[in-house]
Amino acid sequence: MRNEILKVIDKNSRISSVDLAAMLGTTVDVIENEIKAMEKEKIICGYPTLINWDNSQCERVTALIEVKVTPQRGLGFDKIAERIYKFDEVESVYLISGEFDLCVMIEGKTMREVANFVSSKLSPLESVLSTSTNFILKKYKEHGMPLADDSSDDERMLITP
Amino acid sequence: MRNPLSEKVVTIQPSGIRKFFDIVSEMKDAISLGVGEPDFDTPWHIREEGIYSLEKGRTFYTSNSGLSELKQEVSEYINRRCHVSYRPNKEIMITIGGSEAIDLALRAMLDPGDEVLIPMPSYVSYLPCVTLADGVPVVVELKEENDFKLRKEQLIERITDKTKVLIMPFPNNPTGAIMTKEDLQEIVDVVIEKDLYVISDEIYSELTYKGEHVSIASFPGMKERTILINGFSKAYAMTGWRLGYACAPELILSQMLKIHQFAIMCAPTTSQYAAVEALRNGDDDVAHMREAYNQRRRFLISELRRIGFQVFEPFGAFYVFPCIKQFGMTSDEFATKLLEEEKVAVVPGSAFGECGEGYLRISYAYSIENLKVALERIERFVNHHKKA
Repeated sequence: MRNEILKVIDKNSRISSVDLAAMLGTTVDVIENEIKAMEKEKIICGYPTLINWDNSQCERVTALIEVKVTPQRGLGFDKIAERIYKFDEVESVYLISGEFDLCVMIEGKTMREVANFVSSKLSPLESVLSTSTNFILKKYKEHGMPLADDSSDDERMLITP
Repeated sequence: MRNPLSEKVVTIQPSGIRKFFDIVSEMKDAISLGVGEPDFDTPWHIREEGIYSLEKGRTFYTSNSGLSELKQEVSEYINRRCHVSYRPNKEIMITIGGSEAIDLALRAMLDPGDEVLIPMPSYVSYLPCVTLADGVPVVVELKEENDFKLRKEQLIERITDKTKVLIMPFPNNPTGAIMTKEDLQEIVDVVIEKDLYVISDEIYSELTYKGEHVSIASFPGMKERTILINGFSKAYAMTGWRLGYACAPELILSQMLKIHQFAIMCAPTTSQYAAVEALRNGDDDVAHMREAYNQRRRFLISELRRIGFQVFEPFGAFYVFPCIKQFGMTSDEFATKLLEEEKVAVVPGSAFGECGEGYLRISYAYSIENLKVALERIERFVNHHKKA
Protein backbone atom coordinates (compact mmCIF):
# COMPACT_ATOMS: atom_id res chain seq x y z
CA MET A 1 0.00 0.00 0.00
CA ARG A 2 2.79 2.43 0.90
CA ASN A 3 4.48 2.15 -2.47
CA GLU A 4 1.19 2.66 -4.24
CA ILE A 5 0.42 5.77 -2.20
CA LEU A 6 3.90 7.14 -2.81
CA LYS A 7 3.73 6.58 -6.56
CA VAL A 8 0.49 8.51 -6.83
CA ILE A 9 1.40 11.44 -4.60
CA ASP A 10 4.84 11.62 -6.18
CA LYS A 11 3.00 12.88 -9.26
CA ASN A 12 0.16 14.69 -7.51
CA SER A 13 0.57 15.61 -3.87
CA ARG A 14 -2.69 17.55 -3.84
CA ILE A 15 -4.92 14.54 -4.45
CA SER A 16 -7.54 14.15 -1.73
CA SER A 17 -7.49 11.19 0.63
CA VAL A 18 -11.00 10.33 -0.53
CA ASP A 19 -9.93 10.00 -4.16
CA LEU A 20 -6.75 8.20 -3.23
CA ALA A 21 -8.70 5.70 -1.15
CA ALA A 22 -11.07 5.02 -4.05
CA MET A 23 -8.20 4.61 -6.51
CA LEU A 24 -6.32 2.19 -4.32
CA GLY A 25 -9.38 0.32 -3.12
CA THR A 26 -9.02 1.12 0.57
CA THR A 27 -10.44 3.46 3.19
CA VAL A 28 -9.67 7.08 3.93
CA ASP A 29 -8.45 6.11 7.40
CA VAL A 30 -5.87 3.70 6.03
CA ILE A 31 -4.59 6.33 3.60
CA GLU A 32 -4.35 9.06 6.22
CA ASN A 33 -2.68 6.83 8.78
CA GLU A 34 -0.11 5.61 6.27
CA ILE A 35 0.67 9.13 5.13
CA LYS A 36 1.03 10.35 8.71
CA ALA A 37 3.31 7.43 9.52
CA MET A 38 5.44 8.08 6.45
CA GLU A 39 5.76 11.74 7.35
CA LYS A 40 6.94 10.71 10.79
CA GLU A 41 9.44 8.24 9.37
CA LYS A 42 10.76 10.93 7.01
CA ILE A 43 9.79 8.92 3.98
CA ILE A 44 7.64 11.85 2.98
CA CYS A 45 9.74 14.96 3.63
CA GLY A 46 7.52 17.69 2.24
CA TYR A 47 5.04 18.71 -0.44
CA PRO A 48 6.67 21.29 -2.71
CA THR A 49 5.15 22.38 -5.99
CA LEU A 50 6.67 21.96 -9.41
CA ILE A 51 6.86 25.50 -10.78
CA ASN A 52 8.07 26.60 -14.15
CA TRP A 53 9.50 29.95 -13.04
CA ASP A 54 10.19 30.89 -16.65
CA ASN A 55 6.46 31.29 -17.14
CA SER A 56 6.05 33.43 -14.03
CA GLN A 57 6.88 37.06 -13.31
CA CYS A 58 9.70 36.01 -11.01
CA GLU A 59 13.28 36.19 -12.16
CA ARG A 60 15.21 33.09 -11.19
CA VAL A 61 18.63 31.79 -12.08
CA THR A 62 19.72 28.26 -11.37
CA ALA A 63 23.28 26.98 -11.46
CA LEU A 64 24.67 23.50 -11.13
CA ILE A 65 28.04 23.64 -9.41
CA GLU A 66 30.39 20.73 -9.35
CA VAL A 67 32.61 20.88 -6.29
CA LYS A 68 35.81 19.01 -5.52
CA VAL A 69 36.51 18.77 -1.79
CA THR A 70 38.86 17.12 0.69
CA PRO A 71 36.97 14.61 2.81
CA GLN A 72 37.62 14.91 6.53
CA ARG A 73 38.94 12.09 8.60
CA GLY A 74 36.16 10.26 10.38
CA LEU A 75 33.44 12.41 8.83
CA GLY A 76 33.90 11.73 5.13
CA PHE A 77 31.96 14.17 3.02
CA ASP A 78 29.06 14.68 5.40
CA LYS A 79 30.48 17.60 7.35
CA ILE A 80 31.48 19.62 4.33
CA ALA A 81 28.18 18.81 2.62
CA GLU A 82 26.37 20.13 5.66
CA ARG A 83 28.40 23.34 5.68
CA ILE A 84 27.33 23.85 2.10
CA TYR A 85 23.66 22.87 2.28
CA LYS A 86 22.99 25.16 5.25
CA PHE A 87 23.22 28.20 3.01
CA ASP A 88 19.73 29.37 2.00
CA GLU A 89 20.82 29.84 -1.59
CA VAL A 90 21.52 26.14 -1.90
CA GLU A 91 18.63 24.23 -3.41
CA SER A 92 20.11 20.76 -3.29
CA VAL A 93 23.38 18.96 -2.64
CA TYR A 94 24.30 15.50 -3.88
CA LEU A 95 27.39 13.39 -3.31
CA ILE A 96 28.34 12.11 -6.73
CA SER A 97 30.72 9.66 -8.29
CA GLY A 98 33.06 10.81 -11.05
CA GLU A 99 35.51 13.64 -11.39
CA PHE A 100 33.87 15.85 -8.76
CA ASP A 101 32.59 15.02 -5.29
CA LEU A 102 29.55 17.19 -4.71
CA CYS A 103 26.90 18.51 -7.03
CA VAL A 104 25.38 21.71 -5.65
CA MET A 105 22.31 23.38 -7.12
CA ILE A 106 22.09 27.10 -6.40
CA GLU A 107 19.14 29.37 -6.96
CA GLY A 108 19.48 33.13 -7.11
CA LYS A 109 17.70 36.15 -8.51
CA THR A 110 20.48 37.08 -10.90
CA MET A 111 23.59 35.58 -12.35
CA ARG A 112 25.65 38.02 -10.34
CA GLU A 113 24.06 36.88 -7.14
CA VAL A 114 24.95 33.27 -7.92
CA ALA A 115 28.48 34.22 -8.97
CA ASN A 116 28.94 36.15 -5.74
CA PHE A 117 27.80 33.23 -3.71
CA VAL A 118 30.29 30.92 -5.38
CA SER A 119 33.23 33.26 -5.10
CA SER A 120 32.57 34.64 -1.65
CA LYS A 121 30.92 31.74 0.18
CA LEU A 122 31.51 28.41 -1.53
CA SER A 123 35.04 28.56 -2.95
CA PRO A 124 36.68 30.00 0.20
CA LEU A 125 35.51 27.06 2.32
CA GLU A 126 38.57 25.32 3.64
CA SER A 127 37.83 21.85 2.26
CA VAL A 128 36.75 23.05 -1.17
CA LEU A 129 39.51 22.40 -3.68
CA SER A 130 37.81 23.59 -6.85
CA THR A 131 34.45 24.42 -8.36
CA SER A 132 32.95 24.40 -11.81
CA THR A 133 29.84 26.52 -12.27
CA ASN A 134 27.25 25.64 -14.94
CA PHE A 135 24.31 27.99 -15.40
CA ILE A 136 21.06 26.31 -16.35
CA LEU A 137 19.85 27.91 -19.56
CA LYS A 138 16.52 26.18 -19.98
CA LYS A 139 14.62 23.52 -18.09
CA TYR A 140 12.99 20.97 -20.36
CA LYS A 141 11.80 18.41 -17.88
CA GLU A 142 11.70 18.23 -14.13
CA HIS A 143 10.38 15.59 -11.77
CA GLY A 144 9.34 13.44 -14.71
CA MET A 145 7.24 16.20 -16.22
CA PRO A 146 8.05 17.99 -19.45
CA LEU A 147 7.91 21.74 -18.77
CA ALA A 148 7.72 23.07 -22.30
CA ASP A 149 5.25 20.53 -23.64
CA ASP A 150 2.11 22.00 -25.14
CA SER A 151 1.00 18.87 -27.00
CA SER A 152 -1.18 17.53 -24.23
CA ASP A 153 -4.47 17.74 -26.15
CA ASP A 154 -6.35 14.49 -26.50
CA GLU A 155 -6.15 13.72 -30.18
CA ARG A 156 -8.25 10.60 -30.04
CA MET A 157 -11.58 10.48 -31.81
CA LEU A 158 -14.42 11.03 -29.35
CA ILE A 159 -16.04 7.65 -29.84
CA THR A 160 -14.29 4.50 -31.01
CA PRO A 161 -15.28 0.85 -30.75
CA MET B 1 -27.87 0.61 -64.73
CA ARG B 2 -27.34 -2.61 -62.83
CA ASN B 3 -27.18 -2.55 -59.07
CA PRO B 4 -23.46 -2.26 -58.36
CA LEU B 5 -23.67 -3.63 -54.84
CA SER B 6 -23.40 -6.98 -53.18
CA GLU B 7 -26.53 -7.91 -51.32
CA LYS B 8 -24.47 -9.52 -48.60
CA VAL B 9 -22.63 -6.28 -47.87
CA VAL B 10 -25.68 -4.06 -48.16
CA THR B 11 -27.64 -6.06 -45.60
CA ILE B 12 -24.94 -5.66 -42.98
CA GLN B 13 -25.97 -3.11 -40.38
CA PRO B 14 -23.57 -0.21 -39.89
CA SER B 15 -22.03 -0.20 -36.43
CA GLY B 16 -24.17 1.43 -33.73
CA ILE B 17 -21.06 3.20 -32.55
CA ARG B 18 -20.72 4.91 -35.90
CA LYS B 19 -24.20 6.38 -35.57
CA PHE B 20 -23.40 7.76 -32.14
CA PHE B 21 -20.06 9.04 -33.32
CA ASP B 22 -21.78 11.22 -35.89
CA ILE B 23 -23.92 12.89 -33.21
CA VAL B 24 -20.97 13.41 -30.88
CA SER B 25 -18.67 14.88 -33.47
CA GLU B 26 -21.12 17.68 -34.15
CA MET B 27 -21.14 18.66 -30.52
CA LYS B 28 -18.50 21.14 -29.49
CA ASP B 29 -16.73 20.93 -26.10
CA ALA B 30 -18.21 17.54 -25.28
CA ILE B 31 -16.26 15.43 -22.78
CA SER B 32 -15.93 11.89 -23.96
CA LEU B 33 -15.75 8.69 -21.97
CA GLY B 34 -16.49 6.84 -25.17
CA VAL B 35 -13.09 5.90 -26.44
CA GLY B 36 -11.92 2.35 -26.96
CA GLU B 37 -8.22 3.06 -26.98
CA PRO B 38 -5.55 3.94 -24.40
CA ASP B 39 -4.98 7.58 -23.47
CA PHE B 40 -1.25 6.95 -23.05
CA ASP B 41 1.10 7.75 -25.88
CA THR B 42 3.14 4.83 -27.13
CA PRO B 43 6.17 4.64 -24.78
CA TRP B 44 8.98 6.72 -26.21
CA HIS B 45 11.56 3.94 -26.53
CA ILE B 46 9.12 2.10 -28.80
CA ARG B 47 8.38 5.19 -30.91
CA GLU B 48 12.10 5.90 -31.06
CA GLU B 49 12.73 2.44 -32.52
CA GLY B 50 10.11 3.14 -35.19
CA ILE B 51 11.83 6.41 -36.04
CA TYR B 52 15.20 4.67 -36.15
CA SER B 53 13.89 2.05 -38.56
CA LEU B 54 12.73 4.84 -40.86
CA GLU B 55 16.10 6.57 -40.62
CA LYS B 56 17.83 3.34 -41.49
CA GLY B 57 15.68 3.11 -44.61
CA ARG B 58 13.82 0.00 -43.52
CA THR B 59 10.94 0.94 -45.73
CA PHE B 60 10.44 -2.28 -47.70
CA TYR B 61 7.94 -5.12 -47.46
CA THR B 62 8.66 -7.76 -44.88
CA SER B 63 7.87 -11.40 -45.54
CA ASN B 64 4.12 -12.07 -45.71
CA SER B 65 3.93 -13.56 -42.27
CA GLY B 66 6.01 -10.75 -40.73
CA LEU B 67 9.58 -10.04 -39.62
CA SER B 68 11.19 -13.18 -38.32
CA GLU B 69 12.64 -11.36 -35.28
CA LEU B 70 9.16 -10.18 -34.40
CA LYS B 71 7.62 -13.65 -34.74
CA GLN B 72 10.42 -14.95 -32.55
CA GLU B 73 9.63 -12.31 -29.90
CA VAL B 74 5.89 -13.05 -30.12
CA SER B 75 6.63 -16.73 -29.63
CA GLU B 76 8.69 -16.01 -26.53
CA TYR B 77 6.12 -13.58 -25.20
CA ILE B 78 3.20 -16.00 -25.61
CA ASN B 79 5.28 -18.69 -23.97
CA ARG B 80 6.14 -16.41 -21.07
CA ARG B 81 2.67 -14.93 -20.53
CA CYS B 82 0.26 -17.61 -21.75
CA HIS B 83 2.35 -20.77 -21.36
CA VAL B 84 1.71 -22.04 -24.88
CA SER B 85 4.55 -22.62 -27.30
CA TYR B 86 4.21 -21.72 -30.98
CA ARG B 87 6.85 -22.23 -33.66
CA PRO B 88 7.67 -18.72 -34.92
CA ASN B 89 7.89 -19.58 -38.60
CA LYS B 90 4.97 -21.97 -38.94
CA GLU B 91 2.41 -21.03 -36.32
CA ILE B 92 2.63 -17.24 -35.95
CA MET B 93 1.69 -14.45 -38.35
CA ILE B 94 1.74 -10.69 -37.97
CA THR B 95 -1.45 -8.88 -39.00
CA ILE B 96 -2.90 -5.38 -39.33
CA GLY B 97 -4.25 -5.21 -35.82
CA GLY B 98 -6.19 -7.96 -34.12
CA SER B 99 -9.13 -7.11 -36.39
CA GLU B 100 -7.48 -8.46 -39.52
CA ALA B 101 -6.65 -11.67 -37.68
CA ILE B 102 -10.31 -12.12 -36.73
CA ASP B 103 -11.36 -11.68 -40.34
CA LEU B 104 -8.67 -14.06 -41.64
CA ALA B 105 -9.47 -16.76 -39.12
CA LEU B 106 -13.16 -16.71 -40.02
CA ARG B 107 -12.54 -16.66 -43.74
CA ALA B 108 -10.04 -19.48 -43.52
CA MET B 109 -12.35 -21.72 -41.51
CA LEU B 110 -15.92 -21.15 -42.66
CA ASP B 111 -17.92 -22.70 -45.44
CA PRO B 112 -21.34 -21.30 -46.30
CA GLY B 113 -23.82 -22.19 -43.60
CA ASP B 114 -21.28 -22.97 -40.87
CA GLU B 115 -22.43 -21.53 -37.59
CA VAL B 116 -20.28 -19.35 -35.37
CA LEU B 117 -21.15 -18.78 -31.73
CA ILE B 118 -20.65 -15.16 -30.68
CA PRO B 119 -21.01 -14.28 -27.00
CA MET B 120 -22.52 -10.80 -26.79
CA PRO B 121 -22.34 -7.98 -25.78
CA SER B 122 -18.96 -7.91 -27.44
CA TYR B 123 -16.78 -6.09 -29.93
CA VAL B 124 -18.70 -4.85 -32.94
CA SER B 125 -16.87 -6.64 -35.74
CA TYR B 126 -17.36 -10.33 -34.99
CA LEU B 127 -20.88 -10.53 -36.30
CA PRO B 128 -20.39 -8.74 -39.64
CA CYS B 129 -17.10 -10.58 -40.20
CA VAL B 130 -18.89 -13.91 -39.84
CA THR B 131 -21.55 -12.80 -42.32
CA LEU B 132 -18.90 -11.58 -44.76
CA ALA B 133 -17.22 -14.98 -44.50
CA ASP B 134 -20.56 -16.65 -45.42
CA GLY B 135 -20.97 -18.07 -41.94
CA VAL B 136 -24.07 -17.84 -39.82
CA PRO B 137 -23.64 -15.84 -36.61
CA VAL B 138 -25.37 -17.33 -33.58
CA VAL B 139 -25.52 -15.01 -30.60
CA VAL B 140 -24.99 -16.29 -27.06
CA GLU B 141 -26.28 -13.69 -24.62
CA LEU B 142 -23.97 -12.98 -21.72
CA LYS B 143 -25.81 -12.11 -18.53
CA GLU B 144 -25.04 -9.70 -15.74
CA GLU B 145 -26.07 -12.29 -13.15
CA ASN B 146 -23.16 -14.40 -14.45
CA ASP B 147 -20.79 -11.43 -14.30
CA PHE B 148 -21.02 -11.44 -18.12
CA LYS B 149 -18.99 -14.65 -18.25
CA LEU B 150 -19.81 -17.38 -20.74
CA ARG B 151 -21.42 -20.37 -19.03
CA LYS B 152 -21.39 -23.96 -20.19
CA GLU B 153 -25.20 -24.29 -20.22
CA GLN B 154 -25.63 -21.19 -22.38
CA LEU B 155 -23.11 -22.59 -24.80
CA ILE B 156 -24.62 -26.06 -25.05
CA GLU B 157 -28.04 -24.55 -25.66
CA ARG B 158 -26.88 -22.89 -28.87
CA ILE B 159 -24.79 -25.69 -30.36
CA THR B 160 -26.22 -27.43 -33.42
CA ASP B 161 -24.63 -29.90 -35.81
CA LYS B 162 -23.66 -26.90 -37.98
CA THR B 163 -21.71 -25.17 -35.21
CA LYS B 164 -18.04 -24.98 -36.09
CA VAL B 165 -16.45 -22.04 -34.31
CA LEU B 166 -16.78 -20.33 -30.95
CA ILE B 167 -15.48 -16.80 -30.56
CA MET B 168 -14.07 -16.09 -27.11
CA PRO B 169 -13.92 -12.32 -26.51
CA PHE B 170 -12.26 -12.07 -23.08
CA PRO B 171 -11.22 -9.82 -21.38
CA ASN B 172 -14.34 -8.34 -22.88
CA ASN B 173 -15.09 -5.09 -24.60
CA PRO B 174 -17.60 -3.60 -23.57
CA THR B 175 -18.33 -5.36 -20.26
CA GLY B 176 -14.81 -5.72 -18.86
CA ALA B 177 -15.60 -9.33 -17.91
CA ILE B 178 -12.81 -11.89 -17.67
CA MET B 179 -12.78 -15.68 -17.67
CA THR B 180 -10.73 -17.38 -14.95
CA LYS B 181 -9.11 -20.77 -15.32
CA GLU B 182 -12.11 -22.46 -13.70
CA ASP B 183 -14.56 -20.54 -15.90
CA LEU B 184 -12.63 -21.61 -18.99
CA GLN B 185 -12.34 -25.25 -17.97
CA GLU B 186 -16.06 -25.91 -18.35
CA ILE B 187 -16.06 -24.22 -21.76
CA VAL B 188 -13.03 -26.26 -22.83
CA ASP B 189 -14.82 -29.49 -21.93
CA VAL B 190 -17.74 -28.59 -24.18
CA VAL B 191 -15.53 -27.39 -27.02
CA ILE B 192 -13.57 -30.64 -27.08
CA GLU B 193 -16.63 -32.82 -26.69
CA LYS B 194 -18.50 -31.05 -29.50
CA ASP B 195 -15.40 -30.81 -31.69
CA LEU B 196 -15.48 -27.01 -32.07
CA TYR B 197 -12.75 -24.53 -32.93
CA VAL B 198 -12.11 -21.40 -30.91
CA ILE B 199 -11.10 -17.95 -32.05
CA SER B 200 -9.82 -16.38 -28.86
CA ASP B 201 -9.54 -12.60 -29.06
CA GLU B 202 -7.16 -11.79 -26.21
CA ILE B 203 -6.30 -8.23 -27.23
CA TYR B 204 -6.97 -7.00 -23.66
CA SER B 205 -5.03 -9.84 -22.00
CA GLU B 206 -2.49 -7.49 -20.37
CA LEU B 207 -5.26 -5.42 -18.84
CA THR B 208 -6.41 -7.95 -16.28
CA TYR B 209 -6.75 -6.73 -12.69
CA LYS B 210 -7.44 -9.90 -10.77
CA GLY B 211 -5.02 -12.80 -11.08
CA GLU B 212 -3.13 -13.59 -14.27
CA HIS B 213 -4.79 -13.71 -17.65
CA VAL B 214 -5.41 -17.32 -18.73
CA SER B 215 -5.44 -18.22 -22.40
CA ILE B 216 -7.84 -20.90 -23.54
CA ALA B 217 -5.05 -22.18 -25.83
CA SER B 218 -3.08 -23.26 -22.76
CA PHE B 219 -5.51 -26.07 -21.82
CA PRO B 220 -4.51 -29.60 -22.83
CA GLY B 221 -5.99 -30.44 -26.22
CA MET B 222 -6.84 -26.81 -27.01
CA LYS B 223 -3.80 -25.52 -28.87
CA GLU B 224 -4.76 -27.58 -31.92
CA ARG B 225 -8.25 -26.13 -32.00
CA THR B 226 -7.56 -22.49 -31.06
CA ILE B 227 -6.65 -19.42 -33.06
CA LEU B 228 -5.13 -17.12 -30.47
CA ILE B 229 -5.34 -13.46 -31.43
CA ASN B 230 -3.53 -10.65 -29.70
CA GLY B 231 -1.80 -7.41 -30.62
CA PHE B 232 0.01 -4.30 -29.55
CA SER B 233 -2.81 -1.74 -29.48
CA LYS B 234 -4.04 -2.06 -25.92
CA ALA B 235 -1.05 -3.43 -24.02
CA TYR B 236 1.50 -0.99 -25.45
CA ALA B 237 -0.85 1.87 -26.37
CA MET B 238 -0.11 1.36 -30.07
CA THR B 239 -3.55 1.56 -31.70
CA GLY B 240 -2.48 3.75 -34.59
CA TRP B 241 0.42 1.47 -35.51
CA ARG B 242 -2.12 -1.14 -36.59
CA LEU B 243 -0.33 -4.26 -35.49
CA GLY B 244 -1.58 -7.57 -34.18
CA TYR B 245 -0.88 -11.25 -34.59
CA ALA B 246 -2.44 -14.67 -34.77
CA CYS B 247 -1.05 -17.91 -33.38
CA ALA B 248 -2.63 -21.08 -34.69
CA PRO B 249 -1.94 -24.63 -35.81
CA GLU B 250 -0.02 -24.68 -39.09
CA LEU B 251 -2.96 -26.29 -40.89
CA ILE B 252 -5.13 -23.23 -40.24
CA LEU B 253 -2.46 -20.56 -40.17
CA SER B 254 -1.14 -21.45 -43.61
CA GLN B 255 -4.60 -20.82 -45.10
CA MET B 256 -4.98 -17.53 -43.19
CA LEU B 257 -1.59 -16.54 -44.50
CA LYS B 258 -2.74 -17.20 -48.06
CA ILE B 259 -5.59 -14.68 -47.72
CA HIS B 260 -3.29 -12.19 -46.00
CA GLN B 261 -0.71 -12.62 -48.77
CA PHE B 262 -3.19 -11.69 -51.49
CA ALA B 263 -5.24 -9.09 -49.61
CA ILE B 264 -2.63 -7.33 -47.47
CA MET B 265 0.89 -8.48 -48.43
CA CYS B 266 2.42 -7.67 -45.08
CA ALA B 267 1.88 -5.59 -41.96
CA PRO B 268 3.56 -2.14 -41.88
CA THR B 269 7.32 -2.52 -41.60
CA THR B 270 7.91 0.47 -39.29
CA SER B 271 5.32 -0.84 -36.86
CA GLN B 272 6.91 -4.27 -36.88
CA TYR B 273 10.32 -2.90 -35.90
CA ALA B 274 8.75 -0.82 -33.14
CA ALA B 275 6.89 -3.90 -31.93
CA VAL B 276 10.11 -5.88 -31.57
CA GLU B 277 11.27 -3.22 -29.10
CA ALA B 278 7.91 -3.30 -27.33
CA LEU B 279 8.16 -7.04 -26.69
CA ARG B 280 11.83 -6.93 -25.74
CA ASN B 281 11.77 -3.97 -23.38
CA GLY B 282 8.15 -3.03 -22.74
CA ASP B 283 7.16 -5.10 -19.73
CA ASP B 284 7.61 -2.19 -17.31
CA ASP B 285 5.48 0.10 -19.45
CA VAL B 286 2.70 -2.45 -19.51
CA ALA B 287 2.86 -2.84 -15.73
CA HIS B 288 2.85 0.92 -15.23
CA MET B 289 -0.18 1.45 -17.48
CA ARG B 290 -2.03 -1.50 -15.94
CA GLU B 291 -1.55 0.04 -12.50
CA ALA B 292 -2.89 3.39 -13.67
CA TYR B 293 -5.93 1.76 -15.30
CA ASN B 294 -6.59 -0.24 -12.18
CA GLN B 295 -6.61 2.92 -10.04
CA ARG B 296 -9.05 4.58 -12.40
CA ARG B 297 -11.17 1.43 -12.52
CA ARG B 298 -11.56 1.38 -8.75
CA PHE B 299 -12.18 5.11 -8.66
CA LEU B 300 -14.82 5.01 -11.40
CA ILE B 301 -16.71 2.05 -9.93
CA SER B 302 -16.75 3.58 -6.48
CA GLU B 303 -17.98 6.93 -7.83
CA LEU B 304 -20.66 5.38 -10.07
CA ARG B 305 -21.97 3.36 -7.15
CA ARG B 306 -22.01 6.44 -4.96
CA ILE B 307 -24.01 8.26 -7.63
CA GLY B 308 -26.52 5.43 -7.59
CA PHE B 309 -25.69 3.13 -10.50
CA GLN B 310 -25.81 -0.60 -10.23
CA VAL B 311 -22.36 -1.61 -11.47
CA PHE B 312 -20.98 -5.09 -11.92
CA GLU B 313 -17.26 -5.07 -11.06
CA PRO B 314 -15.21 -5.71 -14.20
CA PHE B 315 -11.70 -7.11 -13.88
CA GLY B 316 -10.45 -6.61 -17.42
CA ALA B 317 -10.00 -4.16 -20.32
CA PHE B 318 -10.73 -0.48 -19.54
CA TYR B 319 -14.50 -0.32 -19.45
CA VAL B 320 -17.25 -0.41 -16.89
CA PHE B 321 -20.72 -1.42 -17.95
CA PRO B 322 -23.24 0.11 -15.53
CA CYS B 323 -26.91 -0.81 -15.65
CA ILE B 324 -29.34 2.03 -16.38
CA LYS B 325 -32.61 0.12 -16.38
CA GLN B 326 -33.77 2.03 -13.28
CA PHE B 327 -34.01 5.26 -15.27
CA GLY B 328 -36.74 4.07 -17.61
CA MET B 329 -34.83 4.99 -20.74
CA THR B 330 -33.22 2.87 -23.41
CA SER B 331 -29.46 3.03 -23.42
CA ASP B 332 -29.61 4.97 -26.66
CA GLU B 333 -31.94 7.56 -25.11
CA PHE B 334 -29.85 7.76 -21.96
CA ALA B 335 -26.63 8.30 -23.89
CA THR B 336 -28.22 10.83 -26.25
CA LYS B 337 -29.78 12.83 -23.40
CA LEU B 338 -26.57 12.72 -21.37
CA LEU B 339 -24.79 14.12 -24.35
CA GLU B 340 -27.35 16.82 -25.06
CA GLU B 341 -27.87 17.93 -21.48
CA GLU B 342 -24.43 17.49 -19.93
CA LYS B 343 -22.19 17.06 -22.94
CA VAL B 344 -20.73 13.78 -21.80
CA ALA B 345 -20.31 11.08 -24.40
CA VAL B 346 -20.61 7.42 -23.45
CA VAL B 347 -21.53 4.52 -25.69
CA PRO B 348 -24.97 2.90 -25.41
CA GLY B 349 -24.67 -0.78 -24.54
CA SER B 350 -26.97 -1.63 -27.43
CA ALA B 351 -24.15 -0.76 -29.83
CA PHE B 352 -22.58 -4.07 -28.78
CA GLY B 353 -25.60 -6.23 -29.47
CA GLU B 354 -29.25 -6.21 -28.47
CA CYS B 355 -28.41 -7.82 -25.16
CA GLY B 356 -26.33 -4.74 -24.28
CA GLU B 357 -29.61 -2.83 -24.01
CA GLY B 358 -30.05 -1.35 -20.55
CA TYR B 359 -26.34 -0.72 -20.08
CA LEU B 360 -23.73 1.90 -20.95
CA ARG B 361 -20.10 1.43 -21.81
CA ILE B 362 -17.98 3.92 -19.92
CA SER B 363 -14.29 3.92 -20.70
CA TYR B 364 -11.64 4.73 -18.11
CA ALA B 365 -8.88 5.32 -20.60
CA TYR B 366 -8.86 8.87 -19.21
CA SER B 367 -6.99 10.66 -16.46
CA ILE B 368 -8.55 10.84 -12.99
CA GLU B 369 -9.00 14.58 -13.53
CA ASN B 370 -11.03 13.99 -16.69
CA LEU B 371 -13.06 11.27 -15.03
CA LYS B 372 -13.88 13.62 -12.15
CA VAL B 373 -15.24 16.34 -14.40
CA ALA B 374 -17.32 13.86 -16.37
CA LEU B 375 -18.60 12.18 -13.21
CA GLU B 376 -19.77 15.50 -11.78
CA ARG B 377 -21.86 16.00 -14.86
CA ILE B 378 -23.17 12.45 -14.82
CA GLU B 379 -24.18 12.89 -11.19
CA ARG B 380 -26.09 16.06 -12.02
CA PHE B 381 -27.80 14.26 -14.90
CA VAL B 382 -28.76 11.32 -12.71
CA ASN B 383 -30.16 13.53 -9.96
CA HIS B 384 -32.21 15.31 -12.54
CA HIS B 385 -33.64 12.11 -14.01
CA LYS B 386 -34.00 9.99 -10.90
CA LYS B 387 -37.41 8.46 -10.75
CA ALA B 388 -39.25 9.81 -7.75
